[in-house]
Amino acid sequence: MAVPSVAVQRRPSFLSRLAESRNTLGLGFMLPAAALLLVFLTYPLGLGVWLGFTDTRIGRPGIYIGVENYEYLWSDSVFWLSVFNTLLYTVSASTLKFMLGLWLALILNEKLPFKSFFRAVVLLPWVVPTVLSAIAFWWIYDSQFSILSWALQQMGLIDHRINFLGDPTNARASVIAANVWRGIPFVAITLLAGLQTIPQSLYEAATLDGASRWQLFRHVTLPLLTPIIAITMTFSVLFTFTDFQLIYVLTRGGPVNATHLMATLSFQRGISGGQLGEGAAIAVAMIPFLLAAILFSYFGLQRRRWQQGGGD
Amino acid sequence: MAAIKQVERPDTDEGGMGYLQSLPRKVVTVYLPLLVFLIVLLFPFYWMTITAVKPNVEMTDYVNFNPFWVVHPTLEHIRYLLFETSYPGWLLNTVIISTAATFLSLAAAVLAAYAIERLRFSGARQVGLAVFLAYLVPPSILFIPLSVMVFNLGLYDTPFALILTYPTFLIPFCTWLLMGYFRSIPFELEECALIDGASRWQILTKIVLPLSVPGLISAGIFAFTLSWNEFIYALTFIQSSEKKTVPVGVLTELVRSDVYEWGALMAGALIGSLPVVVLYSFFVEHYVSSMTGAVKE
Repeated sequence: MAVPSVAVQRRPSFLSRLAESRNTLGLGFMLPAAALLLVFLTYPLGLGVWLGFTDTRIGRPGIYIGVENYEYLWSDSVFWLSVFNTLLYTVSASTLKFMLGLWLALILNEKLPFKSFFRAVVLLPWVVPTVLSAIAFWWIYDSQFSILSWALQQMGLIDHRINFLGDPTNARASVIAANVWRGIPFVAITLLAGLQTIPQSLYEAATLDGASRWQLFRHVTLPLLTPIIAITMTFSVLFTFTDFQLIYVLTRGGPVNATHLMATLSFQRGISGGQLGEGAAIAVAMIPFLLAAILFSYFGLQRRRWQQGGGD
Repeated sequence: MAAIKQVERPDTDEGGMGYLQSLPRKVVTVYLPLLVFLIVLLFPFYWMTITAVKPNVEMTDYVNFNPFWVVHPTLEHIRYLLFETSYPGWLLNTVIISTAATFLSLAAAVLAAYAIERLRFSGARQVGLAVFLAYLVPPSILFIPLSVMVFNLGLYDTPFALILTYPTFLIPFCTWLLMGYFRSIPFELEECALIDGASRWQILTKIVLPLSVPGLISAGIFAFTLSWNEFIYALTFIQSSEKKTVPVGVLTELVRSDVYEWGALMAGALIGSLPVVVLYSFFVEHYVSSMTGAVKE
C-alpha cells in the first residue's frame, strides 16, 4: 500500500533540482525502505489478487479463470463455516480480551507495591513466541493427561476428563481461551498507558462533586480512554482475525473443520493442498473485513485529534 | 513522544486519592483479582518448566505422583533435545535470520523515518500514512503470493527467503516507532548544524542517531522479537529440516505422529522462549514505554 504516494515523488522535475533539494534527498532516503516494501509487500498484494482469478497450482503456472474460484467458494460449506468460525473467534476473543485487559489495567493502575515488577511479568505471554506457548497449551489440553481435567477432578467438579480439542464446542472454547490468554497483556499494558495520562485532578474534582466509583469510571475514565481503546482494539481485532499460528498448532482446523479460520483454510487449500489460486482467493476474501477494521481505526484516530483540540 | 512523557507522572501524584480506600476493600478489589490474573497468566510457563524436567514415569502417572510437582528432576529431555535433534541448528538459524532481518529493517527504517519526519519532502505525510497502512497488512494474506515469488526468485528453502520477507512487517513498525523518536529531537539542533555547514547525512549520523539511541534499541528489540516469533513465512518458505527456525522446527520435527515427546517439546518451547525473554527483561522499561508510545502515536 506504500506505493502510490511514493510513485508521486518520481516527477521528472526533480532531476533539475539541486542535490540538496529536500525532495531528491527524501527520495534517496526513502529508497531502501520503499524498494523492500514495494517488492515484498505491495507487489505480492496485487499478485495475490491476481492469483485468486487463476487456477495456479504448486509447480504449474495457472491461467485466468475469472471468478470461478469465488463461485466455488460461494457454494463451499467449509468456506462459509470458516467465515463463521473466524467471526465467532474474533468477536468472542476480542470482547474477552478487552474486558479482562481493561480490568487488569485498572488493577495495575492502583497504588501497588512492586508495580513495575507486576507490569513486566504480566507482559510475558505476549513476548514469548506464540507457537511455543501454544505448544504448552496443547499439553495442557491433552485429552489424557490434561492438568486442567486432573485438577477439576481432584476438586470434585467433574466426573470424567474433558475432551478439550476433540469436541467441536470444546475445541472452539479452548482455542479462544488460549488466544485470550496471549492477548490480555497487550490490551492491559496499552490501556494502562492510557489510564496514566488521565490527570488525577479530574478524579479529585469528580469526587468532590459526589461521584461514586462507578460514575468515576463511567464518566471520567471511559470517555478519556476511548481513543486509545479504539486503536488498541483495532489492532487486537486485526491480529485475531488473521490468526494462524494458534489454530495450526492446537487443532489444524479440526475437529470436522470446527475451528478452521480463513487463514488456516487458506493455508490448507493453498500450500498443503497445492491449490494456490483457491488459497489466494480465500485470503483475498479476508480483505473486506480488514478494511472495515482499518476504517474503524481511522475514525478512532480522528476522534482523538478532535478531543485534543485539533491540530496535527 | 509527547505521549510517553505524559506517562511519567511525578511520583508525588501517584495513587492520588488512594488513601480513601480501606485495606479490606483493596484486598477484594485489587490484590485478589491480581493474584488470579498472575496465576492464570503465568501457569503455562510453570507447567512448561515442570514438564521439561520431569521424568517420563512421573509425567503420565497422576496416581502416585502429584502432577504439579516433580520428585526426581531430570535433564534427560534437554540432553536429548540438544544432542539428538537438530535443535541447536534451528537456534543458530533463528539467531542469524532474526539478526540479519533486524539490521536490514533498522537501516531502512532510520532513513525512511528521518526523511518522512525531518526532510519533509512533498508528500511526506502521505508516505507516513502509507507506511502505517503497510503495517496493517497481515502476513496471513501475503504468504501465498510471496511463496510464488520466493520460488520464482530461487530463494525457496534458503535463509534469504526469510531475511528479505521479514522486513515487510518490520520496516513499517520500526519506521513508525522511530518517527516518534525523531519528532522529539529539537529542530534547533539541526538548524545549528546546517548553519555550520553540515550535510544532511552528517546531521543524521552525528546528531540525530546519537540522540535516538533509546529509540533504536527498542525498535531493534521489537524487530528481533517479531522475527524470532514469526511462524507462517518460516513454515511456508523453508522445507529442509536443518534450515528451519525454532518455532517451526519444534512443531514439525519434534512432533511425531504416534509418540509425543512432551518433555522434549516443553524443553524446546522453554529454551526457544528464553532469548526473547532475557532480551526483554533487560530492556523492559524501553519496551513498555515504546510499545505504548508506538500505539499512541
